[in-house]
Amino acid sequence: MNYAAIQRWNLFGGIATVLTVLFALIWAFPLYWGVISSLKPEDEVIRPYIELWPENLTFDHYVGTLFNTQIGIWYLNSIGVAVGVTVITIITSMFCGYALSQLQFPGKKVLWWLILASFMVPTQTLIINHFELMAGLGLLNTWAGMILPQLIHPVIIIVYKQFFDNVPKDFREAAVMDNASEWRILFKVFMPMNWGITTALAIVCFIWTWNAFLWPFLAVTKSEMMTVPVGITQVNDNFGVYYARQLAAAVLAGLPVALTYLIFQKQVTRAITLSAGIKG
Amino acid sequence: MLRNASKETVVALLLIAPFIAVYGLVFVYPTIQMFITSFTDAPLIGDGKWVGFENYTRLAKDSKYTLSLWNTFYFVLLSVIPGTAIALLVALGVSRLSGWLQSTVLALFFLPYILPVTVVYLIWDWVMNYQFGVGMHVLDFFGIPRAPVFKTVTWFMPVVALVTIWWTAGFSFLLFLAGLRSIPPEIYEAAALDNSGPWMTFRKITWPLLWPVTALVMTIQLILQLKIFDQVYLFSTGGRPNDTLVMVQYIFNRAFVNDQGGRAAAIAVTLFLIVIIISVFQYQLLRFAGSRQ
Repeated sequence: MNYAAIQRWNLFGGIATVLTVLFALIWAFPLYWGVISSLKPEDEVIRPYIELWPENLTFDHYVGTLFNTQIGIWYLNSIGVAVGVTVITIITSMFCGYALSQLQFPGKKVLWWLILASFMVPTQTLIINHFELMAGLGLLNTWAGMILPQLIHPVIIIVYKQFFDNVPKDFREAAVMDNASEWRILFKVFMPMNWGITTALAIVCFIWTWNAFLWPFLAVTKSEMMTVPVGITQVNDNFGVYYARQLAAAVLAGLPVALTYLIFQKQVTRAITLSAGIKG
Repeated sequence: MLRNASKETVVALLLIAPFIAVYGLVFVYPTIQMFITSFTDAPLIGDGKWVGFENYTRLAKDSKYTLSLWNTFYFVLLSVIPGTAIALLVALGVSRLSGWLQSTVLALFFLPYILPVTVVYLIWDWVMNYQFGVGMHVLDFFGIPRAPVFKTVTWFMPVVALVTIWWTAGFSFLLFLAGLRSIPPEIYEAAALDNSGPWMTFRKITWPLLWPVTALVMTIQLILQLKIFDQVYLFSTGGRPNDTLVMVQYIFNRAFVNDQGGRAAAIAVTLFLIVIIISVFQYQLLRFAGSRQ
């Protein structure tokens, strides 16, 4: 590469870096604006010019949202539902993925096709019959009623099966030679190998469920059974719109998942690329 | 080495039993029920009379259904290709960075994807607020007259598509980034030795090698956006929900507002078939792309 070419690359690279950083700041600006508006008094929020920092910083809207709405109980519901969906999905998917990958049994092909087929089915089209089913079981306005229809995550089984497929055959054969039972092989040989992937999948499953809107919105009519994302659209009272307070509620709803992401960035990235079929 | 076949079968069946139970209840049964319901005049809860194809023939003449179909396709058009292009551009930019700057910029682009839709809704409803929204200053800057965007039919879909791109591009962006990282650096070094400029390098190396990821991202986005409901529903409250209707929203309206489970199920079946056909097509396309590698 000659000198002129290097210079051209460096100039291009410099411009590209500046543009990327600038674009990232513009991209994140609505988030910043939402947070900063929630820290302004209501009369400051509606000023006709742009103020990037509050004149009088206040946490009143947060205190107000925490104590004057049912957000505490919504948090509890969200955590209960998200943990329920995550635990059940991970356990059933891991077992099923293991069986599909390592064991021979009748109906294996049919099961695999069912899973691949369910991958394509839009669950939004099932809302009518999910509602009828949950109503029939008397599960509307309950955690179980919110959890059950959200257990369709075929992608997690597919990821587990691929993971188990990639484990060298020797592991299993050595264990079988030692006369280890099938349960021992699963729990003592295969499960300890996949903790990394299990935590990654569990974290994204938790985030997906926390963020779910359509089904929790349909399955619940009582405000004390709502999840946080559904509940925060209800904080408007009859005395008009309070922009800053609504935004404070939004920040409180987004904070748990945003923090989860920032803490477990690596795992989230890995699980998301894996779930799309790309080896991360 | 003998394999104890019968014991293995018992273990396998025990392992798949919980999954089968869950899937039977919340996937297989409701899917079959959806087809059956679509041929009846059932309300939301309870049984109805068999009406044959009446619910479907009605759809052919139903102007609301046609509108919801068009709006859905319009939304897909506005969101899929621009969203993919932006995600690709951002991934190209971010892949050039390194260290803390890269992880910070990556997090800034990805963060919106991790948020619940209602949070995205509240933030953008505020940003684009007609009276006090900071977005109105942006319109002023470009000399566009201010408008209550979520209450105006012409503005509604483009702005909701913009918000959706902002919300979901982080996902496509991650896939592109993973795709870019899997291109061996030696190829770029060879290109640099050959004096290949940035544009040539992109056209001749990055774009063809990244094509399988691009196809994957676009089809995932296509299927995802056909199922649009949340944003459109939330932003249209207080707006013009009858004019900005999309398919899942029409299913919701028929079932949960008009209490017509049978007619809603017929709409659901049509969307179901559209998504399945596109998914099968996608599967073939990706297999084709994979076999070419």
